[in-house]
Amino acid sequence: MRLTCPLCGARDRREFTYQGEAVALSRPDPDAGPEAWNTYLHLRENPAGWRDELWYHEQGCAAWLVVTRHTTTHEVRKVQLARDVAKAEGTA
Amino acid sequence: MRLSKGGLIERAKPLTFTFDGHRYQGYAGDTLASALLANGQRVMGRSFKYHRPRGPLTAGPEEPNALVTLGHGPTQEPNLRATTLELFDGLAARSQNRWPSLDFDLLAANDLLAPFLGAGFYYKTFMWPRAFWEKLYEPAIRRAAGLGALSGQANETRYEKAFAHCDLLIIGAGPAGLMAALEAGRAGADVILADEDALMGGRLNSETLSIDDTPAHAWAAHTVAELASMPNVRLMPRTTITGAYDHGTYSAVERVSMHLAAPNDAPREAFWRINAERAILATGALERPIAFANNDRPGIMLASALRSYVNRYAVVPGRAVAIFGNNDDAHRTAADLLDKGVHIAALIDSRPDATCTLPVRFIPGAQVAHATGRKSLEAITIATQSGTDRLQCDVLAVSGGWNPTLHLTSHMGARPRWDAKTAAFLPAPDAIPGLIPAGAVTGRFSTHAALEAGLTAARDALSVLGLKHAQTDLPTAEDAPYAITPLWAVPASGMGKGRAWLDFANDVTVKDVKLASSEGYKSVEHMKRYTTQGMAPDQGKNSNIGALAILADATGRSIPETGTTTYRAPYAPTTLAAMGAGGQGKGFAPERLTTSHAATLKAGAPTVEAGLWHRPSYFPRPGETHWRQSCDREVAMVRSHVGITDVSTLGKIDIKGRDTGAFLDFVYTNMFSTLKPGRVRYGLMLREDGHVLDDGTTACLAPGHYVMTTTTAAAGPVMRHLEFVAQALRPDLDVALTSVTEQWAQFAIAGPRSTDLLNTLLDDAVTDEGFPFMACGPVAIKGTPARLFRISFSGERAYELAVPARYGAALFDLLKARAEAMQGGAYGMEALNVLRIEKGLLTHAELHGRTTAFDLGMQGMMSKKKDFIGKTASERPGLMAPDRERLIGLRPTGAVKQLLAGAHLFDRDAEATRMNDQGYITSACFSPTLGHAIALGFLVRGPDRIGEEIRMVDHLRGVETTCEVVAPQFFDPDGGRARD
Repeated sequence: MRLTCPLCGARDRREFTYQGEAVALSRPDPDAGPEAWNTYLHLRENPAGWRDELWYHEQGCAAWLVVTRHTTTHEVRKVQLARDVAKAEGTA
Repeated sequence: MRLSKGGLIERAKPLTFTFDGHRYQGYAGDTLASALLANGQRVMGRSFKYHRPRGPLTAGPEEPNALVTLGHGPTQEPNLRATTLELFDGLAARSQNRWPSLDFDLLAANDLLAPFLGAGFYYKTFMWPRAFWEKLYEPAIRRAAGLGALSGQANETRYEKAFAHCDLLIIGAGPAGLMAALEAGRAGADVILADEDALMGGRLNSETLSIDDTPAHAWAAHTVAELASMPNVRLMPRTTITGAYDHGTYSAVERVSMHLAAPNDAPREAFWRINAERAILATGALERPIAFANNDRPGIMLASALRSYVNRYAVVPGRAVAIFGNNDDAHRTAADLLDKGVHIAALIDSRPDATCTLPVRFIPGAQVAHATGRKSLEAITIATQSGTDRLQCDVLAVSGGWNPTLHLTSHMGARPRWDAKTAAFLPAPDAIPGLIPAGAVTGRFSTHAALEAGLTAARDALSVLGLKHAQTDLPTAEDAPYAITPLWAVPASGMGKGRAWLDFANDVTVKDVKLASSEGYKSVEHMKRYTTQGMAPDQGKNSNIGALAILADATGRSIPETGTTTYRAPYAPTTLAAMGAGGQGKGFAPERLTTSHAATLKAGAPTVEAGLWHRPSYFPRPGETHWRQSCDREVAMVRSHVGITDVSTLGKIDIKGRDTGAFLDFVYTNMFSTLKPGRVRYGLMLREDGHVLDDGTTACLAPGHYVMTTTTAAAGPVMRHLEFVAQALRPDLDVALTSVTEQWAQFAIAGPRSTDLLNTLLDDAVTDEGFPFMACGPVAIKGTPARLFRISFSGERAYELAVPARYGAALFDLLKARAEAMQGGAYGMEALNVLRIEKGLLTHAELHGRTTAFDLGMQGMMSKKKDFIGKTASERPGLMAPDRERLIGLRPTGAVKQLLAGAHLFDRDAEATRMNDQGYITSACFSPTLGHAIALGFLVRGPDRIGEEIRMVDHLRGVETTCEVVAPQFFDPDGGRARD
């Protein structure tokens, strides 16, 4: 399996660390309430299909990435810097 | 016997080799199998279960019978296929699974017991007594059945792993692969052409075909020569592509020096990971046998294998050859043999409407029903419409049709499709993204079709790669149609005794498959596991389709209804040594060594592993015979004089940026934005779920420049966490993180005389006024810039002195010598641990992932003025509940004076059961300072129970005592020794 890091190019997946669904980007406000925090901390979708997930280019540039991957075919549609995604969400 | 001329062997290069100790001669270009056949040795192995004598069925990597062992002792390598082992001078092979010899095998008696040893025999027979299975039945069965064995010794032979990248990977160098490589190579693509054979050309080297009016093998050689001259084409002979993975990744095994008499330093095999933009699957097809009674007798082989032996190796393995087939390909065998002047006893074609123009005895509409002869085929029985006929022959070539070698197309989960016209499975479309099947693997079996498909596939790939086509001309070649009438097994009725073999390598017969079906194992996956069909080293390459067809017949279903088995990687047997190359010893667990490591070893200190780091346990002095003596001395040395220890293994993270203060406020529970340059603060870091992640000190070196220390174990996870927070949660903050753990060597100087020691080194002496507790700043040692931190993990007046790593070894030597001159010296991890337990300081024994700041008595460190990672979750009622297990200290009060980490705590009079569990001990040691054992642990409502006597029970080690709950700070609880 290979991932194309926006900074480093196509690299072997051994350079990356996997971190689950990209929910962790959307941190609730401290006072958002137990439901929102429970969802944020514990609930992850596990679809047989497309999902955004977090990968860390630990053996490369140390960038956190949002990888849009199909969980059954492993096709990768998009790789973005988590920083860019977080900034875009912040301005939305 | 060897033909006097012809073949692709090098007759000018004779080679000597041995098989079971007998000396033989062959030629360069031979395989072990072809050389043995040339010498009249046709028995090459004994079968797995029944110990039947077996000769080669094939001439290639799918060989189920001719498995041999090379080497002795640690380098012994079993189950190598004689049909692919290239001959070299001095090769010494041994047969397997026979005792005392290949010719006379006592365990062949198993064959007489065959009526009792069918599928499921072991399951049904050795049911009880249950205890007998492991001790008696299984070892006995394992001795009797089996293949070659490993020595059990560690193998020091060199294997290698390697990586390659290319535009186009072409798998297989037969006509389709060569043609594709020629077009893509001429077009300028970066091409890798891999083939498992040493000689590229595939079937072109084994057939008497023509391409562009030249012999096909000469066309292959000419093409390979042109490809070899292209700088953009890499030829990888002896390389088997073993697996297809995501995103154009392929695994491959290259036999780098297995074929050399003197490998010198070359690795035996290399395990490759190849990344290809596009790939072409040109793996061709494997011929399949037909099952009939005693079809495993030596001398019975596949027709394509016989043509390989005759045409490529110039070996005729007998005097009278019969040929039996259900397709036109069988006729090609007859033509080739006639051409070589070999006597053909008969050509038997199961198709009643088949015709033949060759001058041989032709028997259409007939089947070979039975074979006789034990160590060599002697005669066959032919069943025709009108009766049976016995025919003398010592070689029988069998062709049941061809199975496309589509294994790689299944590796990502796609299932092959059944094609009735070719009576074969074909690759599913788009089975592997970017992989184009071409040639015989798609069920198009003529040479013309292969060349054309190779050219087309290459052009498709070139278009995707954005390269212009090279306009290579398509050569002319035969384009004979492929006509087949399926025949899987000849009906057994009336042919007397004899089993019809499907899986030669695992001794599975037609009857076994039918038995499995009748006993309810009707799914192909169940049948396979019940009979073990397809589970031998050949992985069913010769038998899967036949067994499936017979199962379909037995269950009254069609083949596509019955299904197929899923092919998984690796395609061919792969040595673990190759797959794990570089992964033995230090390759498996690399060592991280501190700059003081050499001095540590020189001082005779045993080392202990902390993650990948190796750290000193203690530094023994003359007369000390037990680690405790050294440890107790080192603790006393630090408490009364001065000690030094290497703390470079702690994680060090350099943090810079305008917003670093705000960033640290967000990742630590306590405030850091108020920390002034030249000061250090202890910080606690939580996970977002409210539990403690790590602790450590962070020093402010200058405005916007900090250096954080983490525990040794958490250095990696903390770095990952901080990067996540910086990039994904707070991209608004200007902060940059750099791991500098390896860049700085850092030493703790601890003890009442630490300042005195330090001032013998520093260019400018430090004072308590200028450098109080928790201060930091730049210093210099003989002009070398260093960093000094006045922090303590021992509870004593202490410093940590950091220098660029290249000065670490020299500084350690200097510190050690100065300390020894002051009645001190170096101390190790044991003493370091005792010192911190005496002070109630924490490590990952306590920060084990399930503890909160509240549990650790650090709730006061959670700032109410700001948000931080883990704040909201840590306020959940359950994480602040008074009845949680919380940090306490313990000292023994009973007769037993020992406390043990891992032991559990109970009320004094309660039974020591799980339901009564009140907590556990995380760290324990003997305190030489206090003169008794001490421990840290977690106890329900711990801080409320100071002074209470409780019970400690270690069920594993059988130790029990009573102890008193005390505060976790055993020594100098107000911290005056470190501060003042």
